[in-house]
Amino acid sequence: MYSVTVLIPTLLRPYLDGRSEIGVEPPPRGDLSSVLDALCEGRPLLGQRIREETGALRRYVNIFVDGEDVRRLDGLGTEVPPGATVMIVQSVAGG
Amino acid sequence: MTAAGTTLLAIGTKKGLWLASSSDRENWTLSEPKFLMEEIPSIGIDTRGSRTRLFVGRMSWHFGPCIAHSDDLGETWAEPQEGGIRFGADDGEALERIWQIQPDSEDRPGVVWAGCQPISVWKSVDHGETFELNRGLWDHPHRSRWGAGFGGAAAHTVLPSPADETIHVAMSTGGVYRSDDGGTSWQPRNSGISAYFMPDPNPEFGQCVHRVARDVDPDHLFAQNHHGVYRSMDRGDSWQSIAAGLPADFGFVMLSHPHRSGTAWVIPLKADGERIPPDGRLMVHRTEDSGTTWEATAAGLPAADYNAVLRDAACVDTALIPGVYFGTRGGTVYASADEGRSFREVASHLPDVLSVRAAVVPA
Repeated sequence: MYSVTVLIPTLLRPYLDGRSEIGVEPPPRGDLSSVLDALCEGRPLLGQRIREETGALRRYVNIFVDGEDVRRLDGLGTEVPPGATVMIVQSVAGG
Repeated sequence: MTAAGTTLLAIGTKKGLWLASSSDRENWTLSEPKFLMEEIPSIGIDTRGSRTRLFVGRMSWHFGPCIAHSDDLGETWAEPQEGGIRFGADDGEALERIWQIQPDSEDRPGVVWAGCQPISVWKSVDHGETFELNRGLWDHPHRSRWGAGFGGAAAHTVLPSPADETIHVAMSTGGVYRSDDGGTSWQPRNSGISAYFMPDPNPEFGQCVHRVARDVDPDHLFAQNHHGVYRSMDRGDSWQSIAAGLPADFGFVMLSHPHRSGTAWVIPLKADGERIPPDGRLMVHRTEDSGTTWEATAAGLPAADYNAVLRDAACVDTALIPGVYFGTRGGTVYASADEGRSFREVASHLPDVLSVRAAVVPA
């Protein structure tokens, strides 16, 4: 087990009792998918907002690991080292 | 006149849900928006039994679609924690949009249907707490050949019959399918509906049916097609054109009278390539003889309006003298308390109206 910090966008905070950040302890697989699994354990609606049923990251949800867009890295397989900050944010899309 | 109670008009738009209420269907009070910045493409109001349950299909472009319900007329909302409208991991698809939420008949009180994108039909037997994918339609051998309309590939109409186990589904662009066994098996029922945009204009399936409505006689149906207005007097086995007498055969709306057979309403648009009211004049057309003749009304509607009315952005309530309601992509909502003979503005300058549903609820 290790610990990372996840920053939560405003629109998803109702699923976490209003919290803007939360520490999670994923299993030592060390990738973003395991971090999201740990974050959404017992919070299925939060998980549904972030990932589709297929497991894919929703198109207009962006995630940064220590400031790097995971879509430019290895997506959900991006390595998340101990102590990292995972930032979830909705993309600047819409009209 | 309405039954004792308040008429609730739920208005789903491209940027949230508004609720209007009225004691006389002429003077309306409009709520503040709910689910602001989310599309509300579908609404269902389930008045069966002693409880009124309001459903909405929500669509966040960021965080995806979901179904929610309210048992206090929209004050508070709940989402199923598990068992909502979601594909299984083995289905290889993700829900994109909930196009229609359809409570079943009085004698099937817990049953609620949903038509969705990608093309799929879902059934709840527990008042909409949980839904199950209809495998008969999902596994249909035609599914890979159903196409997508401009709005997406969806089962946008689900019509359970109150008389028996018949269910009709309509999809763009797959056409009309009927199940005679409660949804176990499905057969195309498009004979007589044209698909002018295909090499064979009279295929077994593939028609772009925009909306089907069931007459109070459950064997009779009306259909507004992508060019073409039809009726069927034999449960969809055959369809006949009823477009003569209308200014155009294009449009999305088809409404049927909840109590009187043969009465229906359409709101024509000029054409596929010109999706505005004919001559820029928004009009509602009513038939009282199953489409043999049509009568137009513009009473209470603006002198000029170039906005379309989408398929779920029109509805009737079930009062003795039913109200007729519709909203435009320009964000104006109209209500008629006299079966569509005259209209009054309920709201204006809202975002694009995607869905409206009305019901008489306890005051």
